[in-house]
Amino acid sequence: MLQFLVRRLIGAVVIMFLIGAFTFFLFYTIPQDFAELSCGKNCSPENIAVIRENLGLDKPITAQFWEFMTGIVAGRDFAQGHCSAPCLGMSFDSGEFVWDSIMDRFPLTLSLTVGGLVIFLILGLGSGLLAAWKRGTAADKLVSGASIVLSSFQIYFLGPIVLGILVYQSGIMENPSYKPFTENPVTWAIGLLIPWLVMATIFTAQYTRMSRSTMIEQLQEEHVRTARAKGMKQRYVFFRYAWRGSLIPIVTILGMDLSALLSGAVVTEFTFDLAGIGRLAVDSSLTKDLPVTMGVMLFGAFFILLLNILVDLAYAYIDPRVRLS
Amino acid sequence: MTSPIDIEGSGTSAAADDAPDRVKAVETKSHEGRSPGQLMWLRFKRDRTGVVSACVVILYFLVSALAPLIAKLYGKDPYTLYAQEPEYPFLLDDFAMPTGSFGGMSGDFWFGVEPKLGRDVFTMLLYGMRTSLYMAVVVTLLCVVTGVIIGMVSGFFGGRVDYWLGRITDFFLAFPQQLFFIAFMPVVTAMFVSPQDETPTYLRAVAITLVMWFLGWMGLARLVRSSVLTLREREFVEAAKVSGASPWRIVRKEILPNIVTPILVQATYILPSTILSIAFLSYIGVGFVEPTPDWGRMFAIGADVYEQDPMFMFFPGVALVVFVLSFNLLGDSVRDAFDPKTGR
Repeated sequence: MLQFLVRRLIGAVVIMFLIGAFTFFLFYTIPQDFAELSCGKNCSPENIAVIRENLGLDKPITAQFWEFMTGIVAGRDFAQGHCSAPCLGMSFDSGEFVWDSIMDRFPLTLSLTVGGLVIFLILGLGSGLLAAWKRGTAADKLVSGASIVLSSFQIYFLGPIVLGILVYQSGIMENPSYKPFTENPVTWAIGLLIPWLVMATIFTAQYTRMSRSTMIEQLQEEHVRTARAKGMKQRYVFFRYAWRGSLIPIVTILGMDLSALLSGAVVTEFTFDLAGIGRLAVDSSLTKDLPVTMGVMLFGAFFILLLNILVDLAYAYIDPRVRLS
Repeated sequence: MTSPIDIEGSGTSAAADDAPDRVKAVETKSHEGRSPGQLMWLRFKRDRTGVVSACVVILYFLVSALAPLIAKLYGKDPYTLYAQEPEYPFLLDDFAMPTGSFGGMSGDFWFGVEPKLGRDVFTMLLYGMRTSLYMAVVVTLLCVVTGVIIGMVSGFFGGRVDYWLGRITDFFLAFPQQLFFIAFMPVVTAMFVSPQDETPTYLRAVAITLVMWFLGWMGLARLVRSSVLTLREREFVEAAKVSGASPWRIVRKEILPNIVTPILVQATYILPSTILSIAFLSYIGVGFVEPTPDWGRMFAIGADVYEQDPMFMFFPGVALVVFVLSFNLLGDSVRDAFDPKTGR
């Protein structure tokens, strides 16, 4: 197990390094002077030269890249002060340290992602199980039909509709907002409830269909039939035998969906006007603020790789045949 | 899904009367022989959902292809600010919201009027769909071709080639996709025009296509690779090899026809998701910009004015839902028709 974790982490580091390199060098193909960005409106050539030196832009590209990468591990010193260990550089535009601005925004994105994930897994797997249990009945048809229709909705279409009904017209809920979990978990959950539900609706549908069809497949397996023939309780067979088997393909799909989940969080941020790392990414890429874009990319990649490792661990837990090492 | 035999075996009461005829019919039919394509077509035709959604999808493509013609007959275009035209003096009220109910729907403006600017929603949607559909088709084709080539090469040659192509695929899969799109749209655009200049619309389209293509082929490459790996060991491929067929011939005549099915099914999933990605980019403001009519940007406008004029978003939204829905259903039906074993 430990060996597996170490190997995966090393792999993750390699991939992050490559993504960083790719992003960095592609950005330098733009015929643009980054020093001009942080100079503002009235810029003299001397000013630009000073800024260039401060930001280290006068060095060769490879040296700049090396500085950036070592900064992540060891920290860096800027004219504006020391940037401690996971240092993703300093914004050309605002002069803030990138790590700090990401940390400002990330709790929101994390809350959206995790909250949405939990809700759609519960709803999706639950309704899928129900549909498989009551296969062929009206409940099954309702769930299957609704899931196909709902999966065709988009966050940016469903979001305003839900807002319109719950907030603008009836006033039952307030406009979604982010209040830190550490301050008050209840207001945190209430503030994000609408975004979670909207985000979960889109993802739920797919998992409903998946869990229904894999469950039906599993119920036709021979070991399940044998268990039934032995006279085991229906419920026991359903959950202990069939459900466990049906989880394997679902976890596989979940692993592939993680990046979609993050982008779902980005769309949700925009739909409900919340400031997470998605908005940071868009703003920085529009102003071509390289360090911020790099930082967000690397951070996003890291986040997805981390979740992937977690999914792999879950895999081993569900299916004992999977030996991790 | 039902197989042809099932259909012929149904209706047991009738079977007793004309049993000998039926046997004869089955015999003559089996002599005819059908290609897998014909069988698939027969199965597909029997699937009512599939046929209906295919019709809807074709309708969308027709409407997009004929958008200029329809707009001409209808007499409007997506760029004119009709609120400023003397013919329509009361299009927008004092708050720049459409006068009249349902977002200003009328005989002149079928789907209503855009708040603030007073453009025609119907033609905006037509042209928006047109851009999205065209681009999605191009991106899908590029992704399919790239994925098939890379998957084929790594599956067929194996060994070191396979290893490295596999690592490259893994690398691209590790990118956070939408963040990548967001980050690289300006970069790719800047490769063609200097950042100070206005970017022409077609260059934006090219940039979007490139970015989507770049991260769109991996799934297909993996799929093709694994299918080729299993096919490579099959007897008919061995036989072809033994009888001296060239690798190119084996790929073309033995392997490719066998993987058309999964490729096609995969393509029906790539296309709508590409449309959604393009819409996503425009929605958050890094894709198409004013005044290009675009599906995704209509949602951005709609979200802005949703409190005052919820109707603006209605038609683009419903059109998108119907499109994605029918495409998904079509994909499922095509899959079922190709491979009747995977029942829903």
